[in-house]
Amino acid sequence: MHQSLQYPFDSQLLLRKRKSIRRELLTGTNLLDKRIAILGGSTTHDVVDMLELFLLDQGIRPAFYESEYGQYWQDAMFPNSELEAFRPDILYIHTSNRNITAWPEPGDTPEQVDALLEQEYSRFSSMWDKLRETWHCPIIQNNFEYPFYRLMGNRDAADIHGRVNFVTRLNLRFAEYAQSHDGFYIHDINYLSADYGLEKWSDPFYWHMYKYALCLDAIPRLAFSVSNIVKAIFGKNKKAFALDLDNTLWGGVVGDDGVENLAIGQETSMGQVYSEFQQYLKEMKKRGILLNVVSKNDHENAIAGLNHPDGALKPDDFISIKANWEPKSVNLVQMAQELTLLPESFVFVDDNPAERAIIRQQAPGTAVPELDKVEHYINVIDRSGFFETTKLSADDLKRNEMYKENAARAQLQASFGSYEDYLLSLEMRATIKPFEPLYMARIAQLTNKSNQFNLTTRRYTQEEIEQTAADPDHITLYGKLEDRFGDNGVVTVVIGKVEGQRLDVILWLMSCRVLKRDMEYAMMDELAAKCLERGITEIRGYYYPTAKNGMVRDFYEKQGFAKLSEDEAGNTVWTLDISKNYHRKQHMIVVNEREGQEVEQ
Amino acid sequence: MTREEAFERLNKVFREVFDDDAITVGETTTSEDIEDWDSFEHINLVVAVEDEFSFKIPMGKVVTMKNVGEMVDIILEMGK
Repeated sequence: MHQSLQYPFDSQLLLRKRKSIRRELLTGTNLLDKRIAILGGSTTHDVVDMLELFLLDQGIRPAFYESEYGQYWQDAMFPNSELEAFRPDILYIHTSNRNITAWPEPGDTPEQVDALLEQEYSRFSSMWDKLRETWHCPIIQNNFEYPFYRLMGNRDAADIHGRVNFVTRLNLRFAEYAQSHDGFYIHDINYLSADYGLEKWSDPFYWHMYKYALCLDAIPRLAFSVSNIVKAIFGKNKKAFALDLDNTLWGGVVGDDGVENLAIGQETSMGQVYSEFQQYLKEMKKRGILLNVVSKNDHENAIAGLNHPDGALKPDDFISIKANWEPKSVNLVQMAQELTLLPESFVFVDDNPAERAIIRQQAPGTAVPELDKVEHYINVIDRSGFFETTKLSADDLKRNEMYKENAARAQLQASFGSYEDYLLSLEMRATIKPFEPLYMARIAQLTNKSNQFNLTTRRYTQEEIEQTAADPDHITLYGKLEDRFGDNGVVTVVIGKVEGQRLDVILWLMSCRVLKRDMEYAMMDELAAKCLERGITEIRGYYYPTAKNGMVRDFYEKQGFAKLSEDEAGNTVWTLDISKNYHRKQHMIVVNEREGQEVEQ
Repeated sequence: MTREEAFERLNKVFREVFDDDAITVGETTTSEDIEDWDSFEHINLVVAVEDEFSFKIPMGKVVTMKNVGEMVDIILEMGK
């Protein structure tokens, strides 16, 4: 990660040195290519440049379509061969209050103002409907910043004729559309401009001079914010915190000062600041972010500190607590392995610049926010967009529980003689079915998040998942796994393309949280059954190696396939004849029992 | 600040903005002389100049600048 692109960044520097920074970033490897169409209601040139830098830093190499100046609506509503040839993966509509065409007049009746609001809103919503129907891809839409002047002063906020009031109502209507339409995301420039400072943001100089809807210096902030939504859509969010303890979660050093002398709680202002930070982390946990500790401390001191009666966080709130005297980079890498995550899924929070430097060096990809004062920890972490939420699935809310359950399973495993006995004791039950509407969001999320157990690493948007599910030439299966410790939710996805009597498996992935549970064999059994129903006799598998999916290199071999070919890049093609003597491969999981289907044991 | 000093600092800004260390600007350099100097890069250039010399160029002046020499005139006038 390029340090000059981490929040809080120097906007002037980025604007000036964009070309040399871009050159450096383009040397990155494993970049994900995405096509982004920017439909603008104002000038978009620098928005494109800055967005490119931030996306490259996130591992996404964008290609851009830029509408002609101010042509966002025309580009959306009318056939456009250039945009058709471009085939966007994402649409970003960069509009501002400069694009509101009619405002309430002083004498307007409430009905007239309502009609005006409806007129403005439907100009946008009809455009979104049209874009969704045409492109089936995610849409990112700016809401509106407040006007830079108020004709009635404060009354502008309360009076239906006030522009502030009008913008507020319009923004709520935009939000309602987002609530009822998947794959539609509000980019909140209302918050962003307030946070930046509306007077500077809306400096009319930039509009009249260059037709920019915001000042040039604010464009990196805008682009960074958009890039956070884009990277979240493509599964590049962080998942977990690795937190230091002393002078990070509380003031003082627990080993030296003793628990009773730590600054935490409501007694002192320093204590209050640390408490607010702990509360913030606790709220993050409720949204599915995993909390972990990496601290140079004796284990018992760390636990004693976390049991401080005034602390919001308790030992139980953490999945993994590594308190020892090993280098933090060693602890972090080991922790990632234990949780079947990658180091780059972590945000490392530590007040000590030396520790931060070590992590940056030894665990590249791990996010390491620059922290100065404790009262600014939340500001920096929150604005860094590590955990930008584009969807909040039931699984996200339950994630901490699931990791805890996994820890309990690991304990149980230790008490069994054989692995088979252990698997049987889990009393596993699976649901394996073609994609269903209820799970489309989760399935799309999995295709974007799974890197390790993923044979082809094909990414899908939710819209594409829905189209694939509806297409008779595809066989789709999702797998959900429960056991005596809890429900793992949807954990595996397979997509096959029917080619006559052959099925090409174009996607096979599984969440690492159910590794070694025989779930992949249960999926194969169901897939074979579905194929035989349709008269398909051959299943062909593909493995495309990436930096991360080495664990499934031999996947098809283990499933009994024969290798057909291998190229220099290590891409392999595999085949399995299922026309005769297909033997069920797994006997540990009861599949689809609730529907009373036959279960072979 | 002398005219020479202004040119020297300005030259650094030009090299950064256009990512080209071969650029040397003089009194009569115009956008015709630098390949990437289009209307968009002009915006970046003006902002980078403002940043370097710590003042804002008023709109009226941004519009009328004809060449780098005139830009230096403005810098010497505003940057006093």
